[in-house]
Amino acid sequence: MKARASRMELVGGAMVLVLVAVALTAPVLAPHDPTRAVAPTYGDPGFPSASFPLGTDELGRDVLSRIIYGTRITLSVGLAALVVTMAIGVVVGLASGFFGGAMDFMLMRFTDVMLTLSPLLLAMALVAVLGPSLLTLLAVIGLVSWTQIARVVRAETLSMSRREFVLAARALGAPSSRLITLHVLPNVLSTIVVMAALSTSSILLLDAALSFLGLGVPPPTPTWGRMIEEATIYFRTAPWLAAFPGLAIFYAVLAFNLLGYGFLRRRGGR
Amino acid sequence: MILYLLRRLVFGAAVLIGTSLVTFSLAFVVPADPAVAIAGAKADPQTLATIRHELGLDLPVYVQYARYLDRALHGDLGRSYIRRENVTDLILSRFPATAILALAAMAVSLLIGIPMGVAAAAYNRRAPDNALLVIALALVSMPVFWLGTMLLIAGGLYLRSFPLGGFGDSRSLVLPTLTLALGSAGYYSRILHTNLAESLSQDYIRTARGKGLSRMRAILKHAMANALLPLVTLAGLDLAGLLSGVVLTETVFNWPGIGRLAFEAIFNLDIPLIMGTVLFSAFIIVAANLAVDILYAWLDPRIRLTEIG
Repeated sequence: MKARASRMELVGGAMVLVLVAVALTAPVLAPHDPTRAVAPTYGDPGFPSASFPLGTDELGRDVLSRIIYGTRITLSVGLAALVVTMAIGVVVGLASGFFGGAMDFMLMRFTDVMLTLSPLLLAMALVAVLGPSLLTLLAVIGLVSWTQIARVVRAETLSMSRREFVLAARALGAPSSRLITLHVLPNVLSTIVVMAALSTSSILLLDAALSFLGLGVPPPTPTWGRMIEEATIYFRTAPWLAAFPGLAIFYAVLAFNLLGYGFLRRRGGR
Repeated sequence: MILYLLRRLVFGAAVLIGTSLVTFSLAFVVPADPAVAIAGAKADPQTLATIRHELGLDLPVYVQYARYLDRALHGDLGRSYIRRENVTDLILSRFPATAILALAAMAVSLLIGIPMGVAAAAYNRRAPDNALLVIALALVSMPVFWLGTMLLIAGGLYLRSFPLGGFGDSRSLVLPTLTLALGSAGYYSRILHTNLAESLSQDYIRTARGKGLSRMRAILKHAMANALLPLVTLAGLDLAGLLSGVVLTETVFNWPGIGRLAFEAIFNLDIPLIMGTVLFSAFIIVAANLAVDILYAWLDPRIRLTEIG
């Protein structure tokens, strides 16, 4: 693996940095309050204009400001859900690959069961049943997204635990906890990083989809997915209302995909 | 071979039993009382008790699960609380619409994805490959429901060439098919590219190339056979995913398939229908997994020989 980052990773990384910067400086960057009616066209979506570059929605709120503030919720939900997802996936993968035997069998059969369930369907059902809130959303996204990570981490861990340096450490009497944290984990870390980047894009898509279906972070917090959902009834008269938030989702997902696939490609993958 | 098939069959059945446990426990997460859901909030305690007894809700949990499993095995997934219809009938009545969309989307995504992958491999790590990579990543990164909405606006509203959703003649199929196919096409093109690049570095292809075979002919005549196999597996599993209903696309296009049925069930907290659609989709996926395993073992003897040992 070459140490230098590829162009894909650089572009992806830069795009992510822009997102983070927008999220951090939202109050300065946004021309208007995202939750208040600021346009005189209250009741009808407003055309893009000099003072509202991306138009206004049916409640007279500035679309640009809502998209800018939406970056905050997108990134924080994305990051928090990623932590939950990775925590489950990495722990299951490490335990399964390292200990093998009955532990491996039980965990992998459970993973197989989870893999037969559509993540979106399961997430929708769980959110609907538990009621939409930020916390539910994070837990649910984590619960339905970890399977792929667990499988990949397990495979890597399995091959690492058979390596001579790990066997040598084991022969010297190192306990499992030490073997895992000191010998196995550092060597599967690069895989975990790639999986994290790729998982972030699928988590963002899942989060946006749930928002679009009305199961995301509840209002008044502006989320990109819900903005599209709210815009669908106006798509005859105000198609831009649905177009711009979608571009924002597209941008964010693409950024993380570039990072992830860039990593993969450098490591000789696709 | 027989032993291998048996093992896969037992494995598939075991996974489905696990899945049924998950769907069964969904019913217990719900705070709402099914008896109230059926009889309405104003029902008197006597009626509620009767309904609970009829549904078997007064029995121990493991007995309830056994009865649920027994009925599911006989194709009975219960009755919808809201629609008051048999869940199995509801799912089967929605299946044709979903199946047509799924098959069309799969065909189109392969028709776009395979040439993209071949072209990318032919120009491996040169400008066209990079351009195709960016295009593929862009396709993969688009939220389906947004792409669908945009296609609806462009094709239905501005071009007026396609209906604004619904399930009718063949033109109504075009936009939802594209919506589903574009993302998968991008994904397949990358998978195929990786597989082709791997095959191209094998000795037998290098030999053929050394004897003067062009890169394109080497891809089409030699590498393709090996590279397509994993793609077919993947496509088979994806087809199963599509067949079990595509919630977002069906919602955007008002398509009367299983995805929208599941969506409505979830919104109405119609528990039997939720359990039914989830279990049905799991069943299709397990069945497809089994089919793919069998196909693979048949096509590639290395698998059935090593797995048995």
